[in-house]
Amino acid sequence: MSRKSAVSDILKQKIKGLKCRECGKLYPPVALHVCEFCFGPLEVDYNYDEIRRHISRERIENGPKSLWRYADLLPVEGPPTVGLYAGFTPLIEARNLGAELGLKKLYIKNDTVNHPTLSFKDRVVAIAITRARELGFTAVACASTGNLANSVAAHAAEARLRCYVFIPGDLEAGKILGSLIYAPTVVAVEGNYDDVNRLCSEVAGEYHWAFVNINIRPYYAEGSKTLAFETAEQLGWKAPDHVVVPVASGSLLTKIWKGFNELKMLGLIDRVDMKVSGAQAEGCAPVASAFKEGRDFIRPVKPKTIAKSIAIGNPADGYYALKAVHESKGALETATDEETVEGIKLLARTEGIFAETAGGVTIAVLKKLAQKGIISKEETVVAYVTGNGLKTQEAVINAVDEVVRIDPSLDSFEKTLKLKEK
Amino acid sequence: MASFKIRISFPEEKIKEPIIYKIGHEFKVVTNIRRADVREKTGWVELELNGDPSEIEKAVASLKTKGVKVEPIERNIIE
Repeated sequence: MSRKSAVSDILKQKIKGLKCRECGKLYPPVALHVCEFCFGPLEVDYNYDEIRRHISRERIENGPKSLWRYADLLPVEGPPTVGLYAGFTPLIEARNLGAELGLKKLYIKNDTVNHPTLSFKDRVVAIAITRARELGFTAVACASTGNLANSVAAHAAEARLRCYVFIPGDLEAGKILGSLIYAPTVVAVEGNYDDVNRLCSEVAGEYHWAFVNINIRPYYAEGSKTLAFETAEQLGWKAPDHVVVPVASGSLLTKIWKGFNELKMLGLIDRVDMKVSGAQAEGCAPVASAFKEGRDFIRPVKPKTIAKSIAIGNPADGYYALKAVHESKGALETATDEETVEGIKLLARTEGIFAETAGGVTIAVLKKLAQKGIISKEETVVAYVTGNGLKTQEAVINAVDEVVRIDPSLDSFEKTLKLKEK
Repeated sequence: MASFKIRISFPEEKIKEPIIYKIGHEFKVVTNIRRADVREKTGWVELELNGDPSEIEKAVASLKTKGVKVEPIERNIIE
């Protein structure tokens, strides 16, 4: 696929600008993420009339086999210049897992095989860095300890941009190798998590860098909608009855809900009669606890869980995720560390998919929701598995069987394995 | 002059304290509140601090010692 042909016919002026989600104030489509007036988050404001005139199922189906087939609904102005192969991951009909959980039509959206860094972050970063280049940035940055850092570093290498990854100073070497290999500048900040958080916000305010999850966030976050678009297309242009989504910042769940509703608004699917349920680790469940206690605000928590990729104690989009769950009549549920490990093993054993800890949380929560009858067995259900288990091997290393050791003889083989049939 | 947008979360026992007034007096920073939700048992305020970078950093450090949670407006950034 040539870069030019990735999207043959890019819509001009599909982005009107940015709009404050709270007060509605409009801004030009630049690198800005907070409303200057009310400090609410900014979102991309699309020219849906223009999009509606051009978009069709056929136009999408004739596009590239990547998330760029939905370019009409993504916040970039020209053809993609980086991350051309992100997205369009398999939607697997999980018959074995479905049978174990008593669900007749269960699907796994498998982002463990996303390109190039094996997590859903490749979606958001492909869009963030394409947009950052359009806006004239020559340096990209992020604050991350894992999947996001890997993806930003890899895409920056491809795009030949300077890259700065900020991490807490006490992070284990193994965790940062997946970023260092792409040769970004990894800045280990001597201080705790809160110090790194604050510093990155200050740096983003002072330097003309594209911080994908700070000043580029309105564009970056839109990439998650492609998980909804792909699911609908892969189901034959319809929304499922129920989706289960891991919740960290809350952005992924919010955008999946938005993605399905956007398709309906544009007439690409007939209806969205779908429940959106969220999965959090018990050791970091600010959104799930608000849901369970009937609160309309998020009380920040200090994370303590093995599911580090979703351990966000004060989620920026938690309020909006909670709202989407209520709107769709879904639920929020949690998984303990033990249940998370069991979830990883269950998915691997039944479907041959090795998910990271966030995937374990999602599967464990899927199981709970099925057991409680919140997901009914006739529903078409999609569980989003967003990262690869090879990245969090330490979580399961002590939870798997030992190898069977034998002498190099047929006799030893048969005696040890106690095989009867031949 | 620098500007830094923060979100302060108040635990129940700190809701009645004039914390924002105090940092405006202790440090050379201008505090400018934009959004807030303060209830009986919890509260948050989003505001802008304007001043020299070193004064802003001192003000943020001081806020933390006063028993409230101080975060950048983006809240948790590390993903």
